[in-house]
Amino acid sequence: MDIYRAHVLVCGGTGCSSSGSATLIELFEQKIEEYGLSKEVKVIRTGCFGLCEAGPVVIVYPDGTFYSRVKPENVEEIVSEHLLKGRKVEHLVYTDHATKEQNSEKALEDINFYKHQHRIALRNCGVIDPENIDEYLAMDGYRALEKALTTMTREQVIDEVLKSGLRGRGGAGFPTGMKWKFAYNSVNDQKYVACNADEGDPGAFMDRSILEGDPHAVIEAMAIAGYAIGASEGYIYVRAEYPIAVKRLRVAIKQAEEYGLLGDNIFETGFNFHLFIRLGAGAFVCGEETALMHSIEGKRGEPTTRPPFPAVKGLFEKPTMLNNVETYANVAQIILHGADWYNAIGTEKSKGTKVFALGGKINNTGLVEVPMGTTLRTVIYDVGGGCPNGKKFKAVQTGGPSGGCLPESLLDTPVDYENLIAAGSMMGSGGMIVMDEDNCMVDIARFYMDFIVDESCGKCTPCRVGTKRMLEILQRIVDGKGEEGDIEKLEDLAKTIKNTALCGLGQTAANPVLSTLRFFRDEYEAHIKEKRCPAHHCKNLLQYKITDKCKGCTACARVCPAGAITGEIKQQHSIDPKKCLKCGACMEKCRFGAIIKE
Amino acid sequence: MKSLAELEAIRKATLSRINVRTEEKGETTRVVIGMATCGIAAGARPVMLAFMDEIQKRQLAHVTVSQTGCVGMCRLEPMVDVIVPGQEKITYVHVKPDMVPRIVAEHIVNGRPVQEYTIGAAENA
Repeated sequence: MDIYRAHVLVCGGTGCSSSGSATLIELFEQKIEEYGLSKEVKVIRTGCFGLCEAGPVVIVYPDGTFYSRVKPENVEEIVSEHLLKGRKVEHLVYTDHATKEQNSEKALEDINFYKHQHRIALRNCGVIDPENIDEYLAMDGYRALEKALTTMTREQVIDEVLKSGLRGRGGAGFPTGMKWKFAYNSVNDQKYVACNADEGDPGAFMDRSILEGDPHAVIEAMAIAGYAIGASEGYIYVRAEYPIAVKRLRVAIKQAEEYGLLGDNIFETGFNFHLFIRLGAGAFVCGEETALMHSIEGKRGEPTTRPPFPAVKGLFEKPTMLNNVETYANVAQIILHGADWYNAIGTEKSKGTKVFALGGKINNTGLVEVPMGTTLRTVIYDVGGGCPNGKKFKAVQTGGPSGGCLPESLLDTPVDYENLIAAGSMMGSGGMIVMDEDNCMVDIARFYMDFIVDESCGKCTPCRVGTKRMLEILQRIVDGKGEEGDIEKLEDLAKTIKNTALCGLGQTAANPVLSTLRFFRDEYEAHIKEKRCPAHHCKNLLQYKITDKCKGCTACARVCPAGAITGEIKQQHSIDPKKCLKCGACMEKCRFGAIIKE
Repeated sequence: MKSLAELEAIRKATLSRINVRTEEKGETTRVVIGMATCGIAAGARPVMLAFMDEIQKRQLAHVTVSQTGCVGMCRLEPMVDVIVPGQEKITYVHVKPDMVPRIVAEHIVNGRPVQEYTIGAAENA
């Protein structure tokens, strides 16, 4: 690679790839060649920038111009104007949703979306080319491994991680240093390090983005962990549904092996470490540690009881230390900058930062990393830009199917492990789904229960049968057939499942129901007692009506697939509720806002 | 297999290639070349390539090369501004590729501007 005066960074994460960034890269290379700039301008495919909502994202350095939603037809304009003549293409520059401000004069970090963030785990995502180990090296890559291997004892490494206060980012929040210590203390001829990249929560994509944008960060940390606990082999268990992440991991492992950063006698210290990838078939329960290890061994992905804990008897019956992707992504920085640097960030009991995947009814859908203790309000409004179309915020779901929904009154909760649990949800792996006034909370609970029923492995009865019964009751309620006593039945089942299920999946399966019951009980009651859905979402509990705003333009009658709308031209129309399918096509079509849901 | 020294060399070399993306503007020496129609017609492109070549040879991290438009003194093109942090901006005029190694060596590396190539020298001559 030579020196270039300008770098064009195109996001190659999954979000931007699916909105066509691969085509953009080809086109940029082609046009740069055509304009005779190939010796001056370099195109680089990076990992996720985080602002997926504005994708495909293109950034031009040295000025750091941030182009969003770039289409293939815009490429020539960027090349001929910006790269050749040095004039920014203003109409493609990113515009902030909330402030309507264009950032043409601002650096990337000054955009609202990035301003409140503190990127440690995501430090290289969107900055380097993930398939080029040299770029990772240039960002102080593998320096932590070098430091650990050549200047620190195994005990010192564990001590540093312990002191940093880092806790498991997979969701449970167990102190990482303790886990390392337990594995270190286990005596055996063979130990293993494993990485849990089986990210299964609906709406969560933190781990995928890290693996896609900075795979070496995870590899380096696993090697450090291997040194600390005394393991010579590591396994990364990653979903087969993440093809880009798998490919980049493979490339990264190969490059690290070529450079002697993985393999035998690393840095001539006598330390051997080999890394292997295992692909998961996408079963949610395989994110549970015992099930994950069975799956790596080639057995059926079902959990078993603990103890024995993996630190004593894990993979292939040997002591195993399993951490999540994001946990690993913090490790090299901790070793490099020290525990005191890391534990200065965050709150008393939760140190460092946390990555969240923002989704649902939010303007800046994407990936954010904020210090622990940042309030939900800051994450949702300042970073996320609030709910689109001026709708009113109703709830935020954190922690995936094991977490819960928090209402607006709890928006000032600082985000950390303890506070989220106290508020009735949990940190979880980092999915954050925002809901507005149009979302029915009973239906949300039903959605998560449906997911759990699908993903329950079936080994224990409370989870297999109990969640199925809960789903049936929830389905009945949203269908308008809820009965008195259903809420009590749900609560009873939830309690039983929580107390008796075998693994974490079952024990937390009822959380979405319990948290929505806690904060949105009135919605459940409205469904059951008044046969009414307050959010006008549940089809069986609502009616479309045409008000006197109707001008009689006949647009709705023409679009109705069921022929349910009748009326004379220039006269108010009406809907026959018996024929109406409640598809909402008429409401979308009406230009006068005359059609309402009741 | 790479030794620790080799890894360090890769780090340094790569950093000089990707420093264009780091935004610590305060520490970066900037080489800005006038590349409007007048500059290009006067031969700015080979000058720019010569700068990039020289910076790469010397593996200078924290130096970026960028282009700018016409400053209005088209008769003095190709013009090059060198901005070393903490020092006054120096403008070189009538720059040719064979002058580039000296500018890089004396000014960018050693901090002594090449007086005879500057706009002041050209105007007084």
